[in-house]
Amino acid sequence: MTTLNETAPQELHTQPLPQKERMTQETAAERLERVSAAAYRIRHHALNMGEVQGQGYVGQALGAADMLAAVYADQLRYRAEDPHWEQRDRFLLSTGHYAIGHYAALAEAGIVPVEELETYGSDDSRLPMSGMSTYTPGMEISGGSLGHGLTIAVGMALGLRYQGSGARIYNFLSDGELDEGSTWEAAMGAHHHQLGNLTAMVDINALQADGKTDTVLRTEPITEKWEAAGWYTQRVDGNDMAALLTAFDNAAAQATTSGRPSVILCDTKVGRGVPLLEEREKAHFMRIEEHEWQTCREQLTAGYEGKAAR
Amino acid sequence: MSATTEAPDTTAVTKPKLKTSAMIASFADPGQKTASAPFGHALVKAAQENDRIVGLTADLGKYTDMHIFAQAFPERFFQMGMAEQLLFGAAAGLAETGLVPFASTYSVFAARRAYDFLCLDAAEPNLNVNIVGGLPGLTTGYGPSHQATEDMAIFRGMPNLTIVDPCDSLDIEQAVPQLAASEGPTYLRLLRGNVPTVLDEYDYTFELGKAKVLRGGNDVVFVSSGLMTMRALQAAKALAEHNVDVAVVHTPTIKPFDAETVLAEINTDRLAVTLENHSVVGGLFETVASAVVTAGLGKRVVPVALPDEFLDAGALPTLHERYGLSVQRIVAKVLAELG
Repeated sequence: MTTLNETAPQELHTQPLPQKERMTQETAAERLERVSAAAYRIRHHALNMGEVQGQGYVGQALGAADMLAAVYADQLRYRAEDPHWEQRDRFLLSTGHYAIGHYAALAEAGIVPVEELETYGSDDSRLPMSGMSTYTPGMEISGGSLGHGLTIAVGMALGLRYQGSGARIYNFLSDGELDEGSTWEAAMGAHHHQLGNLTAMVDINALQADGKTDTVLRTEPITEKWEAAGWYTQRVDGNDMAALLTAFDNAAAQATTSGRPSVILCDTKVGRGVPLLEEREKAHFMRIEEHEWQTCREQLTAGYEGKAAR
Repeated sequence: MSATTEAPDTTAVTKPKLKTSAMIASFADPGQKTASAPFGHALVKAAQENDRIVGLTADLGKYTDMHIFAQAFPERFFQMGMAEQLLFGAAAGLAETGLVPFASTYSVFAARRAYDFLCLDAAEPNLNVNIVGGLPGLTTGYGPSHQATEDMAIFRGMPNLTIVDPCDSLDIEQAVPQLAASEGPTYLRLLRGNVPTVLDEYDYTFELGKAKVLRGGNDVVFVSSGLMTMRALQAAKALAEHNVDVAVVHTPTIKPFDAETVLAEINTDRLAVTLENHSVVGGLFETVASAVVTAGLGKRVVPVALPDEFLDAGALPTLHERYGLSVQRIVAKVLAELG
């Protein structure tokens, strides 16, 4: 007979620091600079991956890079060499087509080798166009059929809490997924079961497959919906790293194993960091010409280094 | 709409007693040996030996015998509310953390409402998620909203999914620990409440993935699953009075299907009949038929199954008679086939 509850339930990880030793003496400014640098590298990786395929969900990856960096460079507890470490925090990518951004973050985290990123979307690659758990180390679930992630997250949060784990669950979803009724089934379930170990992050880029979100299916008022569902709700500029880190700190400060679940609603800009793409007509599947990729990289680097974009 | 001004007719009239269409009607025959809530008790027993087993339901705990487990292990039971997508997604999430969930709802909701969640969240990663569906096939008189006449047809196409259609309380009791121990997702067609005990009279044990010959016979071979195995055994006894000797092969696991055992029985000059509590489309009959064709057997197979249509509401005995699942209708069909 196996026994699960030999140890008393642990406290939630309140200092979810992946590279703790590096960060102990860190000032707020240093933290901001470190995580912003991670976001820059994630964007750079995403552009390189997009160029190999000549297409891809580059716009979404650029928009969500700050959210991904905040999680992987600042919040998540994991062991790069052991992606299945039992005590790890779980990051669930519900929005499967954001895999390009997630792979970049996994490379930044040291879980996927940077050299492997160029295989994105190719035959026999571990990095398929839509994220799948059976393909990629560090990919907890198979997203893609939208509205699944938060339901799985509820089960994981229940299961880990029952087993006395202090691990936290982060579910990344998009505003388009708020169309799916299952997201709200899960939102009610998480509140009902008081899953304080669960944090949802919603990328509100106001864009979905058929066009702007407010023309496809109006999801606003989003903040009020989550508040009404009983979640600890914050809404921030998802491309403002300082605001993101503050939101995560607030969420961690109020989190307990049996308290309210937390949601961080992040307003982001498709193509963020690359003016050429920020200004392009927004599309779910952004077309970038062959000669434009180098320009994109140069604009990204210039913006990051504080120079005027060319 | 105008309100009627006619006074109601209050004259006493002797009306014939109406048959009930109660949803939870037991299909046990009067005086038949039964066991109460065999699934709930079997799950409790399995959970006493394996504390990774957890239970969840979508507001149908009392109606799927899951309440027995919930009472025994309240800390291991999770109520998901009337939210089947959450039920299956959360079951997958629980399995991702190393637990062994049993998730119950009605078969109609399991099959029709949240297929995508079972398919992608549990079956694709081959997680040990066990779905328990109440009211499979025609086991309620509530009409098409509750009658899961095509659940196996829907589920058979899902890779990795094991499908079990138990006959009686003994099948259920023996199946539950095997479902918990087997890798990958499973779907159990639940018989709930007072469930007949039938197979204890035969030299039989449930083995996941195996068909069993319950009795031999020289003239006819019945291949059956679920509660229709009970009817098949009763029909075999009734046919003996007509000097027709009937063999019965019980195939509680529909997928993966034990074609070897079944084909060995079918590949004779006996009349072959499949019997299932399911639509003639996509269930046991077509499973057997495809095995027969794949093996290159030029053998005719006669189906006893529900018609490919939405069924009536009404009392179960009436409906089973109407749609051909009653012993009387089975006997008549076999005699007609034998000429």
